[in-house]
Amino acid sequence: MQIKILRSETNTHQLYSLPAGEIPLLNALSYIKETQDATLTFSAGCRASVCGTCAVRVNGREELACAYKVKPGDVIEPLQYHPVLRDLKVDKHKAKETLVKSTAWLHEIQEASLTHSDEKLTETQTDCILCDSCYSACPVYAVNPDFLGPFALTRAYRYSADKREGDAKNIIDNIQSNGVWDCTLCGECTAVCPKGIDPKMDITMLRSSSIQFGHSDPSFATQSFGTPDFGGGGFGFDPNAGF
Amino acid sequence: MVDVLIIGSGGAGLTAALSAKESGASVLVVGKTYPTNSQTSMAQGGMNAALGNVGDDHVSSHIADTIKSAHGLCDEDMVRQMCGDAPKSIEWLESIGVPFSRLDNAQQGTKTVAQRQMGGASAKRACYAQDYTGLKILHTLYDTCLKEAIPFLEEHYLLNLIVKDDIVKGATFLDIRTGEVEQIDAKSVVIATGGYASLYHGYTTNAYGSTGDGVAAVLRAGGAVSDMEFIQFHPTALKHSSILISESARGEGGYLVNEVGERFVDELKPRDEVARAIFSQMQEGQRVFLDVRHLGEGKLMELLPQEVELCKMHEHVDPATELIPIKPVAHYTMGGIDVDYALEVNGIKGCFAVGECSNAKVHGANRLGGNSLLEITAFGKFAGENAYKHSIYASSKPADDRQLKIDTAHIEELFKREVNLNFYEQREALGKLFYSHVGIVRENTKLNDALEKVITMQVALPQMGITDKAKENNQNLIEFLEFTNALLLAPTTISAAIARDESRGAHYKLEFERENEEFKKHIILQWKRETP
Repeated sequence: MQIKILRSETNTHQLYSLPAGEIPLLNALSYIKETQDATLTFSAGCRASVCGTCAVRVNGREELACAYKVKPGDVIEPLQYHPVLRDLKVDKHKAKETLVKSTAWLHEIQEASLTHSDEKLTETQTDCILCDSCYSACPVYAVNPDFLGPFALTRAYRYSADKREGDAKNIIDNIQSNGVWDCTLCGECTAVCPKGIDPKMDITMLRSSSIQFGHSDPSFATQSFGTPDFGGGGFGFDPNAGF
Repeated sequence: MVDVLIIGSGGAGLTAALSAKESGASVLVVGKTYPTNSQTSMAQGGMNAALGNVGDDHVSSHIADTIKSAHGLCDEDMVRQMCGDAPKSIEWLESIGVPFSRLDNAQQGTKTVAQRQMGGASAKRACYAQDYTGLKILHTLYDTCLKEAIPFLEEHYLLNLIVKDDIVKGATFLDIRTGEVEQIDAKSVVIATGGYASLYHGYTTNAYGSTGDGVAAVLRAGGAVSDMEFIQFHPTALKHSSILISESARGEGGYLVNEVGERFVDELKPRDEVARAIFSQMQEGQRVFLDVRHLGEGKLMELLPQEVELCKMHEHVDPATELIPIKPVAHYTMGGIDVDYALEVNGIKGCFAVGECSNAKVHGANRLGGNSLLEITAFGKFAGENAYKHSIYASSKPADDRQLKIDTAHIEELFKREVNLNFYEQREALGKLFYSHVGIVRENTKLNDALEKVITMQVALPQMGITDKAKENNQNLIEFLEFTNALLLAPTTISAAIARDESRGAHYKLEFERENEEFKKHIILQWKRETP
């Protein structure tokens, strides 16, 4: 079986041969590195879909290398919207900065009586492994590199919805600019999440909370002032389409 | 010069950073990956604390269970401190927002945290978040570090500690991105670099990076390591991929069965006993399975969602309807950097060690499930505080660049070295050798044979090296350095296992199948310092 991997040094797809049989992509990459080409560079960790290290794109779709079974002819490339450091290894620093900007943490603890259904409220959101798949799949980054993005917003939602949070307004205030209203609700993030998280739904929930806390959709606000192409309209792209 | 340099960014390192900062220290966390990539994310089942939320429990029972499982090799004062701190640790985690699983009991705060049964525990004591306990604790710690503006330096690989007159002065690192060797000066250092179960490459539940980098660095710097022979084998890893299936699967009622469908051991005994029972079934030619079918799909998805997914993906079985093929593999290293009551490394002042890399003598010969997440949070806090206290009176005169020059020269030499042997093959061979010769059941002839083979490998080390000569982002180089560390630690484990002519906890030796009072002691190893 043969697969192609995008090499950064030459910016071309290099063909590699693998033995036939079922093999997770991560094992295939290790096999290539150990036996054929030690220069092939990628990131790896737990092998069990929980450390968030090994996300790449396979045929244009984000996958955890440890969880994806290789098929003949697969094309492997690094995540999008991350500076490529080498081959499949990317710099996640800028993406992680979105967590700081979103202030996605518990701001002010308050005593609460939590129940099983409270646990369920953010159970899936807290399964996030920060693999950056959703960030790579998000088309908003093509027009707005400062977008807070799916994983940071999901995390902001997770804390804002926590009954222990005594200052949810603070979180909501911090995700207005380049945040909830810049999402197009296209659902690409939801489609690629390896943990079944639905950032699109979380962002929708955050929009409701935003309105409750007195914020409003800036595209409506600007429309009333007669500038309907706010936020990237110049790119032929309306970040608020469909909402 | 930073007050407290924290090496390693898993749960122990992040907790130490938060506590050192809270105490008043300037801190810097340096790790070879990103913080949330660490081994802590793989902890599944839970974290022990005698809260008594589900049936009666008391701290004294937690202490008694831990001491019993340690088989005489723990320090009871350290165990008392850890178990006594456990409820406070849960309270702290609750206060930063860890999303624990909950009970419907109309109580407030930590009284609502759900608790489950784990092996060797006399009560339902493990607080959990489904089977993602480590992941959710780790990520909440990370979020809190961002909140507290803890500075991180990612992708920096620890080369050596800088030690002068037995006092730590900082450490040298390889910046993986640039390929430069750098020196970081510090008044105190906390090592939180994780365990060394990746010695069992291919036969471990651990991530690739658990290569004992910090333990090896301490040994090279003249510090002590101890109990290196005590390796915990987890009874239930998936047969073909060695991926962990949590003990909570048995805690929730799962059975272990052989291929004729017989149960052959009390599944809730401590891990050492269960692993040996499985091993002996396998020696008789039996295949062994974990059976959770009777729990039903609803309960499985509620309590063990990650396990269900991993079984389907890696073993092609649906746990709700099929048996899960398993085998025991290396999971946790009880031994490590020898520390005193303040978690300060014996032999290196101002240097502290915490988490799996450290031997704080709380697990002894066999760790209880749920006690490692406890150790990293309870002792992580303690290590951070103690490192800060040391930094107050430590000299602020930075070390010279002697170590930096040595390490720079070593890396340069590696780039020039001619390679005749593929170290990846050697790494594979070392993993196989350890599983077969330094495994669940040991015997002196095999251990001696393993020691000989490891020494041969060490002699051949100058024939091995890197074939990727790129300076930046050279993962080949990092993996070689990691292998070098594993190879350094390999003989410490084997020689301690040879010396221990008895069976105790996770160390089980044929012809010496009983505990021997003479060996109720720690085997401590320390190198004589070569240079003045």
